[in-house]
Amino acid sequence: MYILGQQLINGLILGSIYGLIAIGYTMVYGIIGMINFAHGEIYMISAYLFAIFLALAGVFGIDSLPVALLFTLAFTIIITGLYGFTVERMAYRPLRGSTRLAPLISAIGMSLVLQNFVQLAQGANDQALPPLYHGVLRLGGEEDFVQITHIQIIIVAATVISMAILTYVINNTALGRACRATQQDRTMANLLGINTDWTISLVFVIGASMASVAGVLITFNFGSFNFFIGFVAGIKAFTAAVLGGIGSLPGAMLGGILLGLSESLFAGFVNTDYKDVFAFALLVTVLTFRPTGLLGRPEVEKI
Amino acid sequence: MAAKADSILVTEGVSIRFGGLLALAGISLVMRPATITAIIGPNGAGKTTLFNCITGFYRPTEGRIIFRPDGRDVVLNRLPIHKIAQLGVARTYQNIRLFGQMSVLENLLVAQHHFVNHRLISGIFQTRSFRKSEAEAVEQAWFWLEFMGMEQLANQDAGTLPYGQQRRLEVARAMASRPRLICLDEPAAGLNLQESEELNQLILKLREEHGVSVLLIEHHMGVVMSISDHVVVLDHGEVISDGTTEQVQQDERVIKAYLGEEDAEELQSVTKGAG
Amino acid sequence: MNIPAALKDSAVASLIALALFVPMIGLVLKGQSLNIQLLRALFVVAAVFAGRMLISMLLQSGLLGRLVEVIRKVLVYLSPVVGLVERRSFRFIGLLLVVLVAVPFLPGSSNYLIQILSLTLVYVILATGLNIVVGLAGLLDLGFVAFFATGAYGYAMLAQYAGLSFWAAIPLTAGIAAAMGCLLGLPVLRMHGDYLAIVTLGFGEIIRILLVNMIDITGGPNGISVPRPTLFGLGFTRRLEEGQLGFHEFFGLPYSASHRYIFIYLLILAFTVAAIWIFKRLREMPIGRAWEALREDEIACKALGINHTTTKLSAFTLGATFGGVGGVFFAAMEGFINPSSFTFVESAIILSIVVLGGMGSIVGVILAAMGITLLPELFREFENYRMLVFGLAMVFIMIWRPGGLLKVRRKTFARGGHGG
Repeated sequence: MYILGQQLINGLILGSIYGLIAIGYTMVYGIIGMINFAHGEIYMISAYLFAIFLALAGVFGIDSLPVALLFTLAFTIIITGLYGFTVERMAYRPLRGSTRLAPLISAIGMSLVLQNFVQLAQGANDQALPPLYHGVLRLGGEEDFVQITHIQIIIVAATVISMAILTYVINNTALGRACRATQQDRTMANLLGINTDWTISLVFVIGASMASVAGVLITFNFGSFNFFIGFVAGIKAFTAAVLGGIGSLPGAMLGGILLGLSESLFAGFVNTDYKDVFAFALLVTVLTFRPTGLLGRPEVEKI
Repeated sequence: MAAKADSILVTEGVSIRFGGLLALAGISLVMRPATITAIIGPNGAGKTTLFNCITGFYRPTEGRIIFRPDGRDVVLNRLPIHKIAQLGVARTYQNIRLFGQMSVLENLLVAQHHFVNHRLISGIFQTRSFRKSEAEAVEQAWFWLEFMGMEQLANQDAGTLPYGQQRRLEVARAMASRPRLICLDEPAAGLNLQESEELNQLILKLREEHGVSVLLIEHHMGVVMSISDHVVVLDHGEVISDGTTEQVQQDERVIKAYLGEEDAEELQSVTKGAG
Repeated sequence: MNIPAALKDSAVASLIALALFVPMIGLVLKGQSLNIQLLRALFVVAAVFAGRMLISMLLQSGLLGRLVEVIRKVLVYLSPVVGLVERRSFRFIGLLLVVLVAVPFLPGSSNYLIQILSLTLVYVILATGLNIVVGLAGLLDLGFVAFFATGAYGYAMLAQYAGLSFWAAIPLTAGIAAAMGCLLGLPVLRMHGDYLAIVTLGFGEIIRILLVNMIDITGGPNGISVPRPTLFGLGFTRRLEEGQLGFHEFFGLPYSASHRYIFIYLLILAFTVAAIWIFKRLREMPIGRAWEALREDEIACKALGINHTTTKLSAFTLGATFGGVGGVFFAAMEGFINPSSFTFVESAIILSIVVLGGMGSIVGVILAAMGITLLPELFREFENYRMLVFGLAMVFIMIWRPGGLLKVRRKTFARGGHGG
């Protein structure tokens, strides 16, 4: 019982992270219909940036943890967003209207570039941050208990806040309207005076920012990372996006949490070594039997 | 249906619903072999939707589509697209769908895929029967290029052809798949007067010389009236008129559908006044 | 010339570069402290500024346009030559064959060189297989390494547990790889093209995880050793098995390890030629045309009576078979394999060979395979930059010439005769 509870908590945390990364896949897919393979690398970069800025805060002598975290978070989000912007600008924008395969291959290329760039710049070793914060909440008795760290609570809270902000922006602001219009019909949006190029850039920046929140939170929680973490996280988050229905924002979060929970339960009760295999198998199953996901709308091909 | 005996295609109350929208509402029509049947109607009347039902891209919600290639009935409703094509239904598209990076002649070879020897081993070792079958397919391709007057373009990439030639190639490709019924979706769209006139002659020739039945969607009334044997008028997913060109031309419902109620009256008064 | 505009563009670019690179390149994590290397970052930013400036100037003066035009012209003039080679590829391959067969017997040859060339040829086999899937059928398979691993581990395990010889293992392993391709293809090929890419990526990763974790069978991360192939029962190892006759004994030669290298090399060479020959035939066969047609327009294909699922499946299965055979040779050549040879990077390398060589092209794939394996050998100090450069090249090629550097010349048909 307590093990189940603990696995559910862990799954929820993992799922929030997947969901945040999945937002980037789902938004980009929604607006230009491509899988941004380099998105996982963006997440990886944000983990590095977080550690770098945190160390920099130390260099500047910022001692208060909350202040240091806010400083770090702000810079990480901005610079990661800029990475998202640059990737779109350099590798995808020149390919609008090219063949179907071209953006995919370009994205693979970009993913290799980012991975190896970070490896060359920061070294191939695993990086580790010491635990920043130790607070723990225990539910249950002396022997059996469910343990929730304060960081885990922060993760859930941060995820909810980010999602709330994103939902507000998309539904209630001019920027969000431009995004939705471009997603519906790019040519028409263009004719109505929306700068669709900028809107697409903006979507990449938003996606990257959400991924950077995930990168910050996960580094905050686990403390260790390397230049290769984007690969598996990317596939998992994509699985989450597909599970929830690609193109749908609530779907991405729902898919992320479902994937996180089921993966965590699988790891806890079946086998830890094969938890990735389980996630990929889930991806294949969903795509085979319900390619539109849980909340997605079916795609109608125009003939 | 009594009319079934001498027919190539029969639709019986074909309806299709997309969400709340009833795109086709009980279309029944009978098409006789070796005739040219035109389907006309205002934009959004459901013409291409009907094509998509016949060729298997959409599944009708209700009704039956019966194809009679050799006297026996085949219900197309549940068949996959490629099976319908293999039975002898070919089509062209409003937005041209050629294999752009393949040569013109190769486009015609692809169309003959299920007639040629496509076994892996024979192809890799180029057995005698394989070479014979390939030579025949190439010969057949040349035949259709000649028919369309495009021999000199045989080795060009299909995607680099001028628009008019692409339209022709699409018809040739459909014919190379040896259909009994060919569905042409606005073949004259975007063509100039001369090109369109040439295309009419070719379509007539297809029927005369190759006995193929032609189902035609066309907006250009001149084309429709000059070559069709039979005209079906759709509006809002329903058949509002069905008959020979003369019958349809005189049908008031058709005039109304095209011009709208008030415009039609106005037109009548204007023509009266002028007369 | 509008220098202020060029300056402005370059300034914007270098500002962005400054923000991107100062933290990432300039501040290197060292435990919890930072190793500050601002100079390194500023150098890169300066390079971005200079590069952007150069591009602006070239663009404004029309020089870039002219430069691109010149390169395009050179490529256009080159392509009939390559086209000739493509169409007469039997002669071309014949010539190349003579050279490649001669290499081991030339004075400057070494076991090392033979080993590198063998690896290059394995990549040619793999890339030819992937070229069927990506180049002809237009299906982006990002998990091709799975079939490569199947081949290598298939041979190793068949030898270890069933005592099968190299020669018996080749067809069997090829069959297993084909079956795997089929098995993966069945659910996957009905999917939207982009989904296919990510699912195959996941599949490649599943195979690697299985190899790492099934320690009892695969040896896990420690790997598994592979027996050396024999020639009609003649062994090439110094210490022979019970009752086995050595190659050197049979021919009355002194024992030399290079016999083994040369033997395996020639073996791989023979199979490479066969693979290329099959690819060339496939490209001009009905099934090859159907693959290309599917790549161009799936809807039109279906409406012409082509069963798109089986057609795609055949491409996938054949590609997998090539991958499996490539794996067997890789294992035989290395003598020892472990999961680290079968990561996603390997899939990416094979894909970049296909992309850089020009999708669907034979000559291109051979040249690109040579470039990708031989260049890092020549420039050892830049080895770490290899994948970075491949990635950049993939992006660049997709932007500039998505069809590959050299356009594939199509078979031409003459009236009344057969194609030439």
